[in-house]
Amino acid sequence: MAGKVVTISSGKGGVGKTTATANLGISLASLGKKVVVIDADIGLRNLDVIMGLENRIVYDLVDIVEGRSKLRQSMIKHKKFEDLFLIPAAQTRDKMAVSPQDMVKLTDELREEHDFILIDSPAGIERGFRNALEPADEVLIVTNPEVSAVRDADRITGLIEAAEKGPGRLILNRIKPELVKKGEMLSSDDVVDILGLAIIGIIPEDELVLSASNSGVPVTLNTDSKAGMAFNNVARRLIGEDVPFMNLADDAGFFRRLARLFEGW
Amino acid sequence: MQEELIVIKGINDGLLIALSTTEKWQMVTDHLAARIDEKADFFAGANITVQLGTRPVPKYELSSLKALLERRGLTLSRVQSESETTRQSATSLQVATVNIGAREAPAPMPQETAPVNPEETGTYGTLFRRTLRSGRTIHSEGHIVVYGDVNPGAKVIAAGDIIIWGKLRGYVHAGAMGDESAVVCALDMSPSQLRIAGHLVTSPPDKRKKVIPEVAYVRDNQIIVEARD
Repeated sequence: MAGKVVTISSGKGGVGKTTATANLGISLASLGKKVVVIDADIGLRNLDVIMGLENRIVYDLVDIVEGRSKLRQSMIKHKKFEDLFLIPAAQTRDKMAVSPQDMVKLTDELREEHDFILIDSPAGIERGFRNALEPADEVLIVTNPEVSAVRDADRITGLIEAAEKGPGRLILNRIKPELVKKGEMLSSDDVVDILGLAIIGIIPEDELVLSASNSGVPVTLNTDSKAGMAFNNVARRLIGEDVPFMNLADDAGFFRRLARLFEGW
Repeated sequence: MQEELIVIKGINDGLLIALSTTEKWQMVTDHLAARIDEKADFFAGANITVQLGTRPVPKYELSSLKALLERRGLTLSRVQSESETTRQSATSLQVATVNIGAREAPAPMPQETAPVNPEETGTYGTLFRRTLRSGRTIHSEGHIVVYGDVNPGAKVIAAGDIIIWGKLRGYVHAGAMGDESAVVCALDMSPSQLRIAGHLVTSPPDKRKKVIPEVAYVRDNQIIVEARD
């Protein structure tokens, strides 16, 4: 089996890389794929928290790289999915503890037995980002509809292209249809206009994401969540399915009210 | 014609500075320092490749040149030389070297240092066939043509004209060495800042009009932006 390495990056921090990684991991696993998610944010790990696996960590990424643990020992199996594993970041070291070549070696080993290896890249454009980028077959760029986030997404898109890992696909996170409608938020068209990238997912703002992250049960597992559905769609597009983009304004409750307000969105 | 002390031109990853191989080193470097100080905007942050030809440059001289550039925020990234001594100096200063024979080297064009005048000399430029994303800066002592967009956060700086066959949303500076006849053309003109020689304009916020190609030039000491359809 030749698994695919997908790196999730953004440039700017706090736009939802880790949330996206956790949710895509779970969505892919629920679609029957064998998945490993790697937290490459050494020193500031939190993918384990969002996936609810924090208290199971014994060994981490740096332990594997420095030979203190075997790969198998360090992979934490998800509570619900047999074929979903997490390799956590070290909490006490920094990004220099791992080199891009280490990541290539590690992922090459993982490719043999898994369909997808998702790497949660740290924010920034330094070593941690290089570590996450080097082994990637595809890069997903997460951005919010904010000028500063789009600017940083543009910057790393340039770096991804320079590393010949491009062009990358875009996850537009935390869209608020009502603000877009009022012209107070960048629309997906505005973002695409600047970045010139294909969109693989548009994730609506959803309060359920926050509570899901805090409780360690990613929002994809909640069938009521619009954001969860949107992440599921990203996973399906990632495995090559042709999934139409959902209409963010025609669902129950809040979204239905919106639809009435803004007909034809 | 007297040989120019220094010749500067834009290359792919920064600026190429060719220094006279015959004049006194001190004189050449003083002249270079003056040129950089005079046009600090043009040089800002550039990667510098220095072309030294056949002149043997000992380590202390090269080291002072490197320091001279660094004090002005420039990086000496490469040394092109035919001299073994010079290359050894560069290596000991951990600067990359390229051995370029005089015939392979781009011949220095003396007229380059004068403001570029398209009518008289025929001019040269650099073509970038890609979108320039945030963080990217390109320089040229000639003209620059970008076939692609210039995104916010990207910079295009040319001594001559700048033509953007795409959306211009970043920073552009045409006539950066002082040529007020330089123009900027773009298919969609909304730069974050547009400079021609010493003049400057910013785009009006929220320009929600139909997108048409426009040209910017200087008239009566201000920049005029005019439609070209």
